[in-house]
Amino acid sequence: MASVSLSEAEKVYIVHGVQEDLRVDGRGCEDYRCVEVETDVVSNTSGSARVKLGHTDILVGVKAEMGTPKLEKPNEGYLEFFVDCSANATPEFEGRGGDDLGTEIANTLYRIFNNKSSVDLKSLCISPREHCWILYVDVLLLECDGNLFDTICIAVKAALFNTRIPRVRVLEDEEGSKDIELSDDPYDCIRLSVENVPCIVTLCKIGYRHVVDATLQEEACSLASLLVSVTSTGVVTCMRKTGKRVGKVLHASLQSVLHKEESLGPKRQKVGFLG
Amino acid sequence: MAGLELLSDQGYRVDGRRAGELRKIQARMGVFAQADGSAYIEQGNTKALAVVYGPHEIRGSRARALPDRALVNCQYSSATFSTGERKRRPHGDRKSCEMGLQLRQTFEAAILTQLHPRSQIDIYVQVLQADGGTYAACVNAATLAVLDAGVPMRDFVCACSAGFVDSTALADLSHVEEAAGGPQLALALLPASGQIALLEMDARLHEDHLESVLEAAARAARDVHTLLDRVVRQHVREASVLLGD
Repeated sequence: MASVSLSEAEKVYIVHGVQEDLRVDGRGCEDYRCVEVETDVVSNTSGSARVKLGHTDILVGVKAEMGTPKLEKPNEGYLEFFVDCSANATPEFEGRGGDDLGTEIANTLYRIFNNKSSVDLKSLCISPREHCWILYVDVLLLECDGNLFDTICIAVKAALFNTRIPRVRVLEDEEGSKDIELSDDPYDCIRLSVENVPCIVTLCKIGYRHVVDATLQEEACSLASLLVSVTSTGVVTCMRKTGKRVGKVLHASLQSVLHKEESLGPKRQKVGFLG
Repeated sequence: MAGLELLSDQGYRVDGRRAGELRKIQARMGVFAQADGSAYIEQGNTKALAVVYGPHEIRGSRARALPDRALVNCQYSSATFSTGERKRRPHGDRKSCEMGLQLRQTFEAAILTQLHPRSQIDIYVQVLQADGGTYAACVNAATLAVLDAGVPMRDFVCACSAGFVDSTALADLSHVEEAAGGPQLALALLPASGQIALLEMDARLHEDHLESVLEAAARAARDVHTLLDRVVRQHVREASVLLGD
């Protein structure tokens, strides 16, 4: 993780403030920073999203490719995660420096999505045992100011919401050989349902209290942190069961913002990094 | 790609541009608050981000410090989703290392490194979407980022690519034009003095045509300079308004 050096006085200040439910930027212990979400940022991909949480900036691109299903799950497609901690965030990530953090985050994402209900993998199957859609979810970490896991999960959820997979038909001719036909209409595609995709809430223990959405300075003062992944109905899919209240609120607001952005339609002005 | 004409009889290219016309350029400085300098540029569908850290103390071995000037360190990385086919590794492959080396050579020529001896300046470039002209977009973004960081430079570094089709020189190639296999030239220019920071071409081109291709690239680079100058002035104007000057 990108490191920041704090003096003892600053640490004491942060810890004492948290005990009184007052953080350095004036938030309460369970408040998130302002989140900005924008989808369809990169046009080469099947779906993409950019999320900015304070100074933490994440870009996720999803590419759908055809491949063969896994042997133990012949009727389902699957997701592959790759996290790239770019040197933009901090010079320590140059070369192979960001690989450790990247693999840790990718492994956490695999664990979260490892259950049957997060994403409907059966809809990604084209023909059992032969063809299926593989979704390559690539996360690019551009700037790091604490609370990486939450932001990454929000970005992955938004990118999966934005993903458009082309509709294919399997044609079988007389000899029995199958041919895959892509539909001619570029807008004829299937969308994934992201209702059950969980969001992660990270709780950092500072002194005797816990805070949600810690900045880099607060993470430096915290003794331990707990990641909980919560779905929109409050079901906890991973880790231990605290922080359910915050998780549900996060889901509701994210879903409403994504639907509002979608309803703006194709005439929406795309801002990306230029705004 | 047989049958795809790169230049029609009326003089229009695949995307409707004229031979010497640039793609639409939009840029912004100061994208990230945590880095010393940062910039984002869009040239048509090519999107690049550049971030500068420095000048700071040399990281790693102190033995690499140069006694009379700063060390410029560049890394080129392209996102796995940037190209049509998914890339496996964002950086560390040969092409990225070569691009990093070229960027370093370009900026060592432009940055006044004698003002910061024994220190290091890091320039990290990230390509988010590649649609041709990635080297040029990276150099232009890096110039803006270095200016945003306040590192003193001799002049802007403006880059553009150029090609040659049907006896006409084309400026600012897109991916379709690059993939067609004709000669491609990449030029990085310091516009005020007209000095070339980097010139690269690896294809066969008759020497009689070299002059016209070079001229097209230089003219396009000067056009890029006008645009980047406008972006910098706009950024300074916005910053001074916020400071209340």
